[in-house]
Amino acid sequence: MKFNTPDGLPSSLPRPPGELERLERAWKAPEGWRLLSAVNNSQIGLFYIGTALLFFVLAGVLGLMMRAQLALPDNTLLSSQTYNQVFTMHGTVMMFLFAVPVVEAIAVYLLPGMLGARDLPFPRLSAYAFWAYAIGGIAFFCTIFFGVSPDGGWFMYPPLTGKEHSPGLGADFWLLGIGFIEISAIAGAIELIIGILMTRAPGMTLGKMPVYAWAMLVSAFMIVFAFPAIIAGTLLLELERAFDWPFFIAARGGDPLLWQHLFWFFGHPEVYIIFLPAAGMVSMMVPAMARTPLVGHRAIVLALVTVGFLSFALWAHHMFTAGLSRHAMLFVSAASFAVAIPSAVQVFAWIATFWKGRVQMTAPTLFLLGFHFIFVLGGLTGVMVAVLPFDWQVHDTYFIVAHLHYVLIGGMVFPVFAGLYYWAPVFNGHVLSERLARWVFWLMFGGFNLAFFPMHISGLLGMPRRVYTYAGDLGWNFLNLLSSIGAFILALGVLLFFIDAARTVFKKKVAHGNPWNAPTLEWLPQEDYGMRSIPQVNTREPLWDRPTLVAEVVAGRHWLPGTHSGGRETLVTSWRDAVPQHLLVLPGDSWWPLIAAAGTAGFFLLLTVAQVAIAFACGITAIAAILIWLWQTDTPPHAETVEVADGVFLPVGARGMASHSWWAMIILLCVDATVFASLVFAHVHVSMAAEVCPPPGAKLPDVFWPLASGVLLLAGSAALWGAQKMLGRGGRAAVWLLVPVALGCVAAAFGLDARGHQLAGLRPAANAWSATVAAMLGWQGFHVAVLLLMGLYVCARVWAGRLRIDARASLDNTALLWHYVTVQGLAAMAVIYLMPLF
Amino acid sequence: MSAPLLPPLQSVFSPAGASAGAIASLSWVLIMGATLIFVAVMGLLAWAVSRRAVQRPVPARLWIVGGGLVFPALVLGALMVYSKLHTPGWLVRPPPGALVVGITAKMWWWEVRYRDPASGKEVVLANELHLPVGQPVWLGLSSADVIHSFWVPALGGKVDMVPGRVGHLMVQADQAGSWRGQCAEFCGEQHARMALHVVAHAPAEFDAWLAAQARPAAAPDSGLLENGRAAFLAQRCNACHTIRGVAEESRLGPDLTHVGGRLYLGAGTLLNQPGAMAQWVAHTQNIKPGARMPSSADMDTDALKALVAWLEHLK
Repeated sequence: MKFNTPDGLPSSLPRPPGELERLERAWKAPEGWRLLSAVNNSQIGLFYIGTALLFFVLAGVLGLMMRAQLALPDNTLLSSQTYNQVFTMHGTVMMFLFAVPVVEAIAVYLLPGMLGARDLPFPRLSAYAFWAYAIGGIAFFCTIFFGVSPDGGWFMYPPLTGKEHSPGLGADFWLLGIGFIEISAIAGAIELIIGILMTRAPGMTLGKMPVYAWAMLVSAFMIVFAFPAIIAGTLLLELERAFDWPFFIAARGGDPLLWQHLFWFFGHPEVYIIFLPAAGMVSMMVPAMARTPLVGHRAIVLALVTVGFLSFALWAHHMFTAGLSRHAMLFVSAASFAVAIPSAVQVFAWIATFWKGRVQMTAPTLFLLGFHFIFVLGGLTGVMVAVLPFDWQVHDTYFIVAHLHYVLIGGMVFPVFAGLYYWAPVFNGHVLSERLARWVFWLMFGGFNLAFFPMHISGLLGMPRRVYTYAGDLGWNFLNLLSSIGAFILALGVLLFFIDAARTVFKKKVAHGNPWNAPTLEWLPQEDYGMRSIPQVNTREPLWDRPTLVAEVVAGRHWLPGTHSGGRETLVTSWRDAVPQHLLVLPGDSWWPLIAAAGTAGFFLLLTVAQVAIAFACGITAIAAILIWLWQTDTPPHAETVEVADGVFLPVGARGMASHSWWAMIILLCVDATVFASLVFAHVHVSMAAEVCPPPGAKLPDVFWPLASGVLLLAGSAALWGAQKMLGRGGRAAVWLLVPVALGCVAAAFGLDARGHQLAGLRPAANAWSATVAAMLGWQGFHVAVLLLMGLYVCARVWAGRLRIDARASLDNTALLWHYVTVQGLAAMAVIYLMPLF
Repeated sequence: MSAPLLPPLQSVFSPAGASAGAIASLSWVLIMGATLIFVAVMGLLAWAVSRRAVQRPVPARLWIVGGGLVFPALVLGALMVYSKLHTPGWLVRPPPGALVVGITAKMWWWEVRYRDPASGKEVVLANELHLPVGQPVWLGLSSADVIHSFWVPALGGKVDMVPGRVGHLMVQADQAGSWRGQCAEFCGEQHARMALHVVAHAPAEFDAWLAAQARPAAAPDSGLLENGRAAFLAQRCNACHTIRGVAEESRLGPDLTHVGGRLYLGAGTLLNQPGAMAQWVAHTQNIKPGARMPSSADMDTDALKALVAWLEHLK
């Protein structure tokens, strides 16, 4: 792009007086206790990283308790009940409260800087996601202090976790607590996807986008399609526990394996959701440490995308001993082999980059080398367990415990620690101690290998997983003692790291410069407002290729050097070529996301302990808070166009498909549709297993009911479509009329559908087929309730004069959901009627 | 790895028969292959990092296509063919001449069922699987409550025991001996104490063993044993346990008809040596907390002694 300035930069000198002050004022972080109302990524990201690391420490302590118990045979330090809670919580907290949150947290913190955005597009959603996670996670963890934690393993296999065998509250805490923390992970994923695709610096095409952003993009998409399966699973299991709907009870036509399919359809991609972001960090750090561009940039990006797809074909490799068909097992085994190839591509690309460059032997490099050692070993044992007969032996033994810790600690914790060392200066300008880092690294690396390598052998010698003790005559004693000693050495290394980190965090903030001479944008000087001006990016390594870039950016010579509206703003660019499209005005700090999150957490947790009245009070508070927060958004633009660089005028905000919120809604609907698809899968699974469908005692409603219901659903959608058209012509009164008509249609449609099933005598507790039908019906009912809320909200916007031709996202996004609900309703009815034909 | 380091009881590397043997040799191939590749890659990494000489242009294609694509594709392709060829056979129904044994997992023990060739009746035993050497044995595997997993490393891989389904596994012991197995799927509080012992006999010896197991309980031949039998009934032990010829109304707990002859008590928890039975009956909940049997330490001492003596006598 050519600019009219003398030297061709986007903005010319001198900058108008007061520009920087206005920018500072707009982005100034709240102080004192008001900091809790902050929504800017640089604050939320820090809270988020800190909380995730807290859970790493807490779950690590649980791991140490397990190793203390297993240090000696027949040890009585922990009772069987306590041990089972401890190992369940260790796995659950590490996976759900540390691993996924920490990779999202680091992304929320780093990505805006790396992409050249002032902030991600939904700062309040980030704040909500963080607070829901923090409040819910801490309350969930506290169950361990009262001895009421879940004790059925992080995989929660029914029937062990069903009401009959786990009558206590533990399983409910898991299902409701984890269920809504998953919602927070999805909120984070939507934020990251839209942020990566729409708010990159001008010129940062997909080809020039840092590998880390690619990794987060793939990972976030995987969250969108993997997490819904576990949401559906937890929903079904909780329904079974609360209302005796027998989804997983074999005696009434349910199937315990249904849970395993849903769980691992999430659970295997989960591993890559954790690993890919870490691999992305490695791809950023290796070139910086080797002082040379990454070898095979394109190949690495391709590998990340390939892993993203392949990982969805692998879930059944956790079920090789569950008696699946031989063909299914061979297919999954082959897919498990194949997934090694993209990982090999990345490893060889990193080694080649080291080879090509001159390596600085700094703390990040040490952890990167440790990562290579551990991860390659874990990857090789991964190939071993993909071999069916070998897996039949080592499945559910300590060999798997060793393997999974090699891939997860190697593949994720070591890169994260490398990243903490590498990116620490971004926080307050100080590097961590290189001298202590040597100690931290060798304690962690040595301790890790001492703890986990012997587990390969104890597994091969027959030691199963998840045992609270073992007999002393099986040859496992020495190996277990070594593992326990190693675990404590590893913990010592982590402790030393946190001591150094605490020391460094409280130092006075200084300019961070570029201590590793890294090539990417997050190393530009950053303040609360991000960078002074958003750089025009022309290469993959902008800081190496344009040594004057730092000075230009700080002088305000690039894009958007100030604020036009006086509020927070960033640039939206096209998703592929990053051509500036419009100016996005971002919402400011607010208490509402925090209140909404506290309400949501309160609702789920209090429901678990059967405090129904307070739970519903919390739920209503949450909904009210979200409505108030939404009410302040979707405002008309403050100006038609604004000048974001010399002579470059962009519109303010956008509508329809050009709007960030429209695409966020589309992604949310992908989540929604995947949950629904999981429910359909459950229905198909139990229908296929039934000897006749519907099973004896159950029957389909008369076909009149679904037909009438379908017609009304379509009528509702048509009315809403009409409302959108009328608003486009300025007819607000028509919107006022058509939305209530649509509401009536959708409510009546659901009523007819439900009435049909009622007349057919649907009894969900009788058999699994009826239970899955009721689950789909309930899911549709939940959506209709949401539509009622949103429809009334739209009416209120019209009434208040806030719904306008230039501020219409409320209506457009509601319409998206509306049409989706129509399709979902029709699909559910079709599935229920078609299944008996097979 | 040298053999003396490896106790043979529950190890993947002490196969009792051909299919476990095939997996053991496959395992060694995998371990050696993985070690070789690991050392090579680490060597390459060390070399890459330590080179301080003048930069040499790196043919990126060689690294990525050669190291990242061709090399793993060749290794994995070969491995896939090799492992397919060395996967133990997988039969859908028992071959003719196979001995069929039913095993049902329960929280936290194993019910083992044979058919008595003499009477055609089912013989129900617990926590021990006896096999004739050299004869294929077809195991039908099911669960009465939660998911368990049948795993005796010396006989081959594991098979999950899922409620509502029947799994199966072909095993064969090619030598006499005894091995240990253990539930491999987490199944609740006492998952750790759910072991199973396997004994392989010469065929004639096996036939004699089965015939003995098919017989009802030995009659008491002393006053003490008479008292023990009475204590069993008075304590209502028969509300859960069957002892053929004495009480057969419930099969909630293990069949005790020949409990005195078992190698272990409490599903591999206590070695069945003198004193063990008394300890087990009196302190069940201390030894295996959560087990479905109450401790009986508060029983009358003489009655307890008699009960234990009688149970030990049931061989």
